[in-house]
Amino acid sequence: MEIFLDILKAFLVGGLICIVGQLLIDFTKMTPGKVLVLFVVIGVVLGALGLYEPIAKWGGAGATVPLTGFGYNLAKGTKAAVIEKGLLGAVSGPFSAAGVGIMVAVLSGLVVSLFAKPKDKG
Amino acid sequence: MAERKGKTIILQSKPRFIGNAAVVGKKEGEGPLGKEFDEVFTDTTMGEDSWEKSESLLLKKAVEKVLQKSAADKSEVDMICSGDLLNQCIGSSFGIRDFNIPFCGVYGACSTMALSLCIASLMIESGGFERCIAATSSHFCSAEKQFRKPLEYGGQRPPSAQWTVTGAGAALIGKNQSTVSPYIDKIHMGTIQDFGITDSNNMGAAMAPAAKKTISDFLRDTGTKPSDYDMILTGDLGSVGSELLHQLFLREDGLDISAVHKDCGLMIYDRESQDVHAGGSGCGCSGTVLCSYILNSMRAGKFSNILFIATGALMSTVSSLQGESIPGIAHLLNIRKGE
Amino acid sequence: MSISKEEYDSMAKKASPNSPVFLDCVKAFLFGGAICAFGEGLMQWFTGTAMTLEESRALTTSVLIIITALLTAFGVFDTIAKHAGAGTMVPITGFANSIVCAALEFQTEGRILGTAAQMFSIAGPVIVFGCSAASLYGFIIYFFGLY
Repeated sequence: MEIFLDILKAFLVGGLICIVGQLLIDFTKMTPGKVLVLFVVIGVVLGALGLYEPIAKWGGAGATVPLTGFGYNLAKGTKAAVIEKGLLGAVSGPFSAAGVGIMVAVLSGLVVSLFAKPKDKG
Repeated sequence: MAERKGKTIILQSKPRFIGNAAVVGKKEGEGPLGKEFDEVFTDTTMGEDSWEKSESLLLKKAVEKVLQKSAADKSEVDMICSGDLLNQCIGSSFGIRDFNIPFCGVYGACSTMALSLCIASLMIESGGFERCIAATSSHFCSAEKQFRKPLEYGGQRPPSAQWTVTGAGAALIGKNQSTVSPYIDKIHMGTIQDFGITDSNNMGAAMAPAAKKTISDFLRDTGTKPSDYDMILTGDLGSVGSELLHQLFLREDGLDISAVHKDCGLMIYDRESQDVHAGGSGCGCSGTVLCSYILNSMRAGKFSNILFIATGALMSTVSSLQGESIPGIAHLLNIRKGE
Repeated sequence: MSISKEEYDSMAKKASPNSPVFLDCVKAFLFGGAICAFGEGLMQWFTGTAMTLEESRALTTSVLIIITALLTAFGVFDTIAKHAGAGTMVPITGFANSIVCAALEFQTEGRILGTAAQMFSIAGPVIVFGCSAASLYGFIIYFFGLY
């Protein structure tokens, strides 16, 4: 039963974060690109201040799958890199933390562009 | 020589529409005017490997069709005046390059059909040209790619957004004795109007003041009133722009034009079932509606005196990013039928 | 015309229909929640197979990205996103879609200057600002000894 509770929690947290994004798009006329930048930076800041950790613990994937979670992961990875490598970690940390997300997306993009084409929306 | 009243030019040569043709994509073919178009391409790639090439081919097909329908050879055409939305107007130049007809490329954003017709009729008025083609095209996919996001991008369109028409319209005009054909009586080139609208998802609002100004100036120059015309047909104001145009006329002149006003952007799609939000837009919107339903209906005697006002939003992706507002433009033609 | 820009602006605002905010939010909540719930399910499954939390998070992210790439390639993602709005945009699916859709769209300009060059045209700012913010955080904790 605990699994279902965790999934429900993820649903709630993830859904709520998406509502914030929707409100920003509908009310502020912010372009989606700006909303995404804002979300990832908020994630970094909250992660840095240690405020995202409890949300991630409670909400699980509900907190880590949205882009705020990507930001949180960047902050966490950078901190770990600084601990391990010192000053070098402040530079190498962000990219290694973002690496999986970016590389899987890049590789998938490259692969699908070999066989798929954009379609008309009419 | 043409006579001039204010900013309105009264043509003496009365260039007539020898032929007109419109070719469209699948969605337009499924719309309320579907049966009016000369050809509907359900595969909007047109068999080409890029959307820009598809658009060029669309334009080429429209020009070929108008030549065929008017039983004219391309060697009998003195000039093609055409434009589109793509950077450096490649839709037109690549669509027309094989015709070997003198080419005048124009840019007027979505007002291009009226702009190219204005220029073509002045060329005929000059006496130096016998027959000219005015044409334009737009393609939903090439426009999205250039102005918005890649096609497969997952985003929401706000309710004020409009849908770019996939289609091309072409008209062959010239000196012609047939009194069945409608003719261009007067033209009026508009001035740029910018009322500070910055939302590129609300083009109707950006263009409505330009349409208002052009129509008002024309009515003043000619001493006529809206009810003197069978139809005041704007290009692609959509639902938002049309509403604003009505309000501007009521507010400024106390005139209610809603009974005679029609908008190509509201005619080409069924807004409810075709998910196009505020209506159609793009050069091809006014281009295909004029070069099919409107001119055909005039030939059939349904209307005999209309104002055609194509509207354009003269911004670019760069100007929008730099925070500039959207300047609107509207060019007008008074098209009539009779002696 | 006698109307001022300010007057026209308020007239235009009144004439322009607003987005159906409530419905948009409900859909964003349902779709976004469902994606995250699916992610949580994956994570639970992966952690059950002796993976660390880190590894299962990374694998979950990867699976979601690959599914997004396939849905984008088959022209389905944008149809879902039209309804889901922020529900598909805010999760990692939105990030993945922005990269894959650009890769598809700009194939016509070549593999190098089209696909590769344009891939980050939408996602680039997210990486630039996200990584820079994280790097700044790294410098701060290093110089102030906060780690």
